[in-house]
Amino acid sequence: MSEIGFARRDHVLSAALSSRSFVIGATITAVFVLIALLSFVWTPFGAAAQDIPNKLKPPSAAHWLGTDHFGRDTLSMIMVGARTSIAVALVAVGLGIVVGAPLGLAAAARRGGFIDEIIMRSNDLVFAFPAILIAILITAVFGPGAVNAIIAIGIFNIPVFARLSRGAALSLWQREFVMAARVSGKGAFRISLEHILPNISNTLIVQATIQFSLGILAEAALAYVGLGTQPPTPSWGKMLADAQTMITLAPHVALVPGLAIVLTVLGVNLMGDGLRDVFDPQLRRSRG
Amino acid sequence: MRKSLVVLAIAGALVMTTALSPAYAQARTDVKVGLVLEPPSLDPTAEAAAAVDEVVYANIFEGLTRFASDGSIVPGLAESWEISEDGLTYTFHLHGGVAFHDGTAMDAEDVKFSLERINAEGSLNAQKALYAAIASVEAVDPLTVRITLSKPDGNFVYNLAWGDAVIVAPETAATNGTKPVGTGPFVFKERRPGDSIEIAKNATYWGTPAALESATFRYIADPTAALAALQAGDVDVFPNFPAPETVSVFQSDPRFRVVVGTTQGETILTMNNSKPPLDNVKVREAIAHAIDRQAVVDGAMFGFGIPIGTFWPPTHPDYVDLAALSNYDPEKSKVLLAEAGVANPKLTLHLPPAPYARRGGEIIAEQLRAVGIEVEVINVEWAQWLSPEVFRAAPCPGAVGEGDKPPAYDGSCPATFSYDLTIVSHTEPNDIGIFARDDYYFAYHSDAFKQIIADYAVTADPAKRSELIKAAQTQIANDFVAGYLFELAKVGVEDARLKGMWENAPTQATDLTAVHWEE
Amino acid sequence: MLFFLINRLTSLLLSLLAASIVIFLVLEVVPGDPASFMLGLSATPESAAALRDSLGLDGPPVERYFNWLFGFFRGDLGISYTYKVPVAELVADRIWLSLPLAIYALTLSTLIAFPVGILAAAKRGSAADVSVMGLTQLGVAVPNFWFAMLLVLLFAVTLRWFSAGGFPGWEDPLLALKALTLPAVALALPQASILARVMRSALLDTLTEDYIRSARAKGLTRNQTLWRHALRNALIPVLTIIGLQFSFLLAGAIIIENVFFLPGLGRLVFQGITQRDLIVVKSVVMILVFAVIVVTFVVDMTYALVDPRLRRHG
Repeated sequence: MSEIGFARRDHVLSAALSSRSFVIGATITAVFVLIALLSFVWTPFGAAAQDIPNKLKPPSAAHWLGTDHFGRDTLSMIMVGARTSIAVALVAVGLGIVVGAPLGLAAAARRGGFIDEIIMRSNDLVFAFPAILIAILITAVFGPGAVNAIIAIGIFNIPVFARLSRGAALSLWQREFVMAARVSGKGAFRISLEHILPNISNTLIVQATIQFSLGILAEAALAYVGLGTQPPTPSWGKMLADAQTMITLAPHVALVPGLAIVLTVLGVNLMGDGLRDVFDPQLRRSRG
Repeated sequence: MRKSLVVLAIAGALVMTTALSPAYAQARTDVKVGLVLEPPSLDPTAEAAAAVDEVVYANIFEGLTRFASDGSIVPGLAESWEISEDGLTYTFHLHGGVAFHDGTAMDAEDVKFSLERINAEGSLNAQKALYAAIASVEAVDPLTVRITLSKPDGNFVYNLAWGDAVIVAPETAATNGTKPVGTGPFVFKERRPGDSIEIAKNATYWGTPAALESATFRYIADPTAALAALQAGDVDVFPNFPAPETVSVFQSDPRFRVVVGTTQGETILTMNNSKPPLDNVKVREAIAHAIDRQAVVDGAMFGFGIPIGTFWPPTHPDYVDLAALSNYDPEKSKVLLAEAGVANPKLTLHLPPAPYARRGGEIIAEQLRAVGIEVEVINVEWAQWLSPEVFRAAPCPGAVGEGDKPPAYDGSCPATFSYDLTIVSHTEPNDIGIFARDDYYFAYHSDAFKQIIADYAVTADPAKRSELIKAAQTQIANDFVAGYLFELAKVGVEDARLKGMWENAPTQATDLTAVHWEE
Repeated sequence: MLFFLINRLTSLLLSLLAASIVIFLVLEVVPGDPASFMLGLSATPESAAALRDSLGLDGPPVERYFNWLFGFFRGDLGISYTYKVPVAELVADRIWLSLPLAIYALTLSTLIAFPVGILAAAKRGSAADVSVMGLTQLGVAVPNFWFAMLLVLLFAVTLRWFSAGGFPGWEDPLLALKALTLPAVALALPQASILARVMRSALLDTLTEDYIRSARAKGLTRNQTLWRHALRNALIPVLTIIGLQFSFLLAGAIIIENVFFLPGLGRLVFQGITQRDLIVVKSVVMILVFAVIVVTFVVDMTYALVDPRLRRHG
């Protein structure tokens, strides 16, 4: 329970800060989050403002990252695009946890029973549909857009978290403190909520970082093929699709959004690696 | 260790496959033509799409007359003709010894069949109006055809050169969509949907045989892919290169030749004149002033294209320069919108897959937003564009399609359209008459304009015709029927050793009859 | 063993059934009246009725579902609403591109990842290991379609070693493989990064197990231990990942077609979406899901070969 509380948290924090992966990763991620937040109040130019006479200019003092084929400022587009990518990936992860974790916990609580079977089978079923196929199904009926991208990626996240929480919960159900709670008469629901959930939260957080970075990649891919965020909202994936023909003329238009994606994903992954090392030092031996 | 062996193996395989690429013989007799738009079917008499003519015109199918590369009309299957004094009777003398690709002979009966079916019941011909004046067609003898018109038509010989009037055989007409059978210097060989169409030399062609033994049309819509295909030699020529931004790459490469020519393609921002608020001429004028044409040409076409102020090619002697009427003046737009009493209108802009539309559309959408017009961009494929979503009139109530074909507008009720704005390039030559059609998607009904066009159709005197066509241009410019953007340029990139491709596009076609390789 | 096989086969069939129900529900039941949906603005009550009739969209959903399902197994995938040709034809051409591409990428990915992962585990802590970890960390973060663009820029446009795309058909198998090479590499490298890391950590996990120490104590050299014991046991998590990878690779393949203008299932299904051709979308999605489920099944079978314990549990 939360007696694990304060002392542990301090310990966790200092351990995190001493993990090189975590520090580097968190810094990179923080930079992009800040950029995304900053874009709400300020961008060097309007992200949609066209200036055709100045199209395809390389990075300069006026346009730090150059301009695209319509003269739009690349830096401004990257900033607003960060907003989109992060928002989509974040909400999709949220969807996955909020729906998936309870399902996994329920399955573990009723292990071997009918509910467990159903949940596990449904998980397997969703795994047969890669995120892009889910997106295809949804957009075929409802049309493309950021919201549908979130739903598609989110649906794919649900079985990931369900399977993870089920696995983690199962091992916890065997532990003494849980046995004690059962003996004292607590029901499975309360046990799951008060005892199991807090103890699997670390695992969930680590997985969340992985799914978040996968979400960024998935959103970019969907925007690239035209199924995700629609213009005029800037998105990194759409920037890459537009840049494809310009790549010989003005490589920066293709390099910048790609690097933005790589760096963000890298940052989040490093952060997740660092967190994993912190939460479970035992694993560190084989990772290290 | 094991890893290096694996790497070596992969590298070895790669080297081998590169080395095994076929090398070409000295004088080539085949050509690979890159095209952008795939035609839905291959029958030019049943399709509106220019993409059909790009494959079959002059190659597989021929008409009584045809377009030469400079836009003039030359004899085709008819070697000569006479026109009666009153302009109502045309007598065509056909070439002898012409056969269709299936071996059957082509004679006056086939001409009669082809021309009569254009306006027959159930015909899907896209240009019925052009031949509506035909009252009767008579096969005087196997090599002579007499056509009688119901009223004089100064454009008749010209119109017969269009792909919609090619001569087909009754035995094969029904299947021309999938297996085109014509009289041309090439026969249809194979079609791979989504990929390519192959044609081969017609060994028994009645006229000058083609220099090539075979040709393949490869469909590559993607601009990067087009660039890469040319550079890698996967195609030899792109008559309409879809990536004008990369032309400079080819201009500096001696292996290639860049040919910039003109087309008959007026690229316009079409407005639905019957749908509020676009039914108010002030609103349409406001939209016209919000557009900066040069920015569109530069941003979408990388400078290729000539801004126009009305619906007529600027290279034509009869062109009237009315661009100042709709000059770039966003302040004036705002004033006009206020005068019209329209505040923050919301309009949809449907964009077909052509680069001039997709890119031009994004630019124009921003320009319209800058004057307070909210624009929702809707990207559609050509199939959607050619449906009641944009181009076609809505089917009349009670209409049923045949089988699984959706019902079509059949003229039994007034034509209505549901789109707001769209961008498209009209590449048919001399087609200003479409503004006189009540069933055309402009939804523009002007008696004054219809009168001008009616007069033009029956006038033979060149000076008078010139005057009328200028009046027509002025009328539609003053009424701001559409936003007139620019004349599409024809940017062709070809292998420097290839000769004979058309520089301009007086009509939609990829005429391969004179194409050959020079080493 | 037989019991295990039957059990797994039943599982396979049930998964396929369940997947088909989901696809059917989403594409035929959710849009309300699929005929009106496909007709869009052409829809009048009469035309929708006529279309429903000709496409067999009449009748209760359950009956339609079974008709579709039986048709599917007979090879009748319906007629494409846009192209008016049998969907089976459209799919048959393209599947011979998308599936081989995914398999090619899977092969490349495995061929690269295995040696790299084993090397990193065997030389754990060394410079080689550290650089492998660094490179794979990068590889995982790279979007495969962006990587593909860069590959085209380097190998096709600049060096001209490969064509930038297009597919010449299978008449000349070597030429066809060459056309698929850049796409496969673009797909494979990010996946190989994941696989290499999994291989490495799975091996490291097994190497710390007790039975390894007993093997060493018995006198086996490090390499013998590695090959004879550790690898075999490390294969299990690795096989899971390979199975999962196939679904990602298939998904990635249909996206990467955009970079290389490949006429595969990707272009077909994306156009189907824009053109509201639900019939095409239905069939393509079903086929892709089918492929993923079958591959998972094959991987399961391979597990059983590798680990006899699993066969008995069934």
